[in-house]
Amino acid sequence: MPLSKKDIEYTSTLAHVQLSEKEKTLYLGQLESILKYIEKLNELDTTNVLPMDHVLDLENVFRKDEIKPSVNRDQVLNQAPKQQDGFFLVPPVIE
Amino acid sequence: MEQKYEPVIGLEVHAQLKTKTKIFCGCSTVFGQEQNTSVCPVCLGLPGTLPVLNEKVVELGVKTGLAFNCHIAGQFKFDRKNYFYPDLPKAYQISQFDKPLCYEGSIEIHVNGEDRKIEIVRAHLEEDAGKLLHDEQNRMSDSCVDYNRTGTPLLEIVSGPDLRSAEEAHAYLSCVKSILKYLEVSDCNMQEGSLRCDANISVRLVGQDKLGVKTEIKNMNSFKAVEKAINYEIKRQIELIENGEKVVQETRLWNADEGKTRSMRSKEEAHDYRYFPEPDLPYMRLDGAFIERLKATLPELPHARFQRFVRDFKLSEYDASVLTAEKDIAEYFETCVSIFSDAKTVSNWVMGDLMKALNEGNKSLSDNLVTPGRLAELLGLVKDQTISLRSAKVVFGEIFLTGKSAKSIVDEKGLVQISDTSALEKIVDDVIKKNPKSVADFKGGQTKAISFLMGQAMKMSQGKANPKLVNEMIKNKLS
Ligand SMILES: [Zn+2]
Repeated sequence: MPLSKKDIEYTSTLAHVQLSEKEKTLYLGQLESILKYIEKLNELDTTNVLPMDHVLDLENVFRKDEIKPSVNRDQVLNQAPKQQDGFFLVPPVIE
Repeated sequence: MEQKYEPVIGLEVHAQLKTKTKIFCGCSTVFGQEQNTSVCPVCLGLPGTLPVLNEKVVELGVKTGLAFNCHIAGQFKFDRKNYFYPDLPKAYQISQFDKPLCYEGSIEIHVNGEDRKIEIVRAHLEEDAGKLLHDEQNRMSDSCVDYNRTGTPLLEIVSGPDLRSAEEAHAYLSCVKSILKYLEVSDCNMQEGSLRCDANISVRLVGQDKLGVKTEIKNMNSFKAVEKAINYEIKRQIELIENGEKVVQETRLWNADEGKTRSMRSKEEAHDYRYFPEPDLPYMRLDGAFIERLKATLPELPHARFQRFVRDFKLSEYDASVLTAEKDIAEYFETCVSIFSDAKTVSNWVMGDLMKALNEGNKSLSDNLVTPGRLAELLGLVKDQTISLRSAKVVFGEIFLTGKSAKSIVDEKGLVQISDTSALEKIVDDVIKKNPKSVADFKGGQTKAISFLMGQAMKMSQGKANPKLVNEMIKNKLS
């Protein structure tokens, strides 16, 4: 599958990652070779193989609807770069 | 202009499921806790944590699906919906993409005397996001985030594009809310956000099959807002088309203060959520017996009850729809009718005096002192003419305040109706003597004058005279 620089730009926008022109060219080449490698799988006939969403053979793992203690708020907030009055602070988001 | 175009509307309703804990962790879901006190490593999305599904969420989701006549997936899974926003700590929301819990159902709604079937495309489980607070005065200041709501279980119920007006959308939403409340799976409080609604709206020329370009309207915080926003948006789209412009597919926010929808530019970037299967949650498989067991627990639903009320109690469709919209009102009514069998009278009192008193006293049906038994007793006293209808209103107010029985209030206040003809005769003679002008008017053919004389007699008896007898007596004496 041929990739273009546009695909790299779109992907980096979605990931909120800024790339220089040099990086774009570099990653274009790398991504292309990865995709080419994965494409080898297409050589296999998978008509009768069900798609696999999970690697684990587990099913129905549930928990009861019972309250567990939450963690200490200060401990949580102290992980954040900015906090105030019990809130996490983030750069302004206004519609 | 309205007739030239046909609006096509579909609603997405998010209902918070009534569980004690969040969907994937044991944090409490109680509303109004102090900010960031109901959080843990799982719902904060800290690295190395694993979500585990709350079994109650599945139970409530399946029950709802069954009530909406949906197929229940024998096997379902969760998927990650990826996007960046500060209210979403993991930068993805655990939702369901291609294998929702419930799919292909329908409900019947009743609009303008007509039954309409509305398709339910799907109902899927997902986690809620946190809450962002902005300083509206200082738009450059940081936003505050509270993650208490993060991970609260939601069921998203998606209707087909079957609604044709704001009125129908309102009726559909009322019906959804009513069913959820009958099932006791959600509190459905729009102010607290436990019921939310987005609308997909487009318009097309009447008779055309192809759908027009749609917009998605968000931020409607009440039933009224839903109706207003839809009407606004229909008008806006028709005007664009009439002016030769194009409707742009986009998300728009309803602004209740301005009464307008506005384009939400920040989300204009193509929605590319890159869904993929959630590797941290295994497949869920539901066996038929589990689903059958839940099916057996479903209560009679509002539409069935509405039809039964019209059929068995001979109520008008309007009365039946008001009485069945909420489960506890319907049950109150039925209990009352089981004691006092005149359904129409019970319906009038429940929809009139009782609802009014509850509204004015800001009380709920369950904590109100006029129990169905006490109301039935009161209506019995009116029926056997022990008290007049006018006294009954007074007694009702007294029961509402004190919870005493109707009989004891009637005795205490001496409200027993005077049906003794000799006592009534004295009052009527007195009234006739004191009001010669009205008497003359009546005799002169002004039949209206009798209501004045009636009023005087009722006043003189402190409301205790039997009005029917008084009326007959005055007529007899003056003819
Ligand atoms: Zn948690």
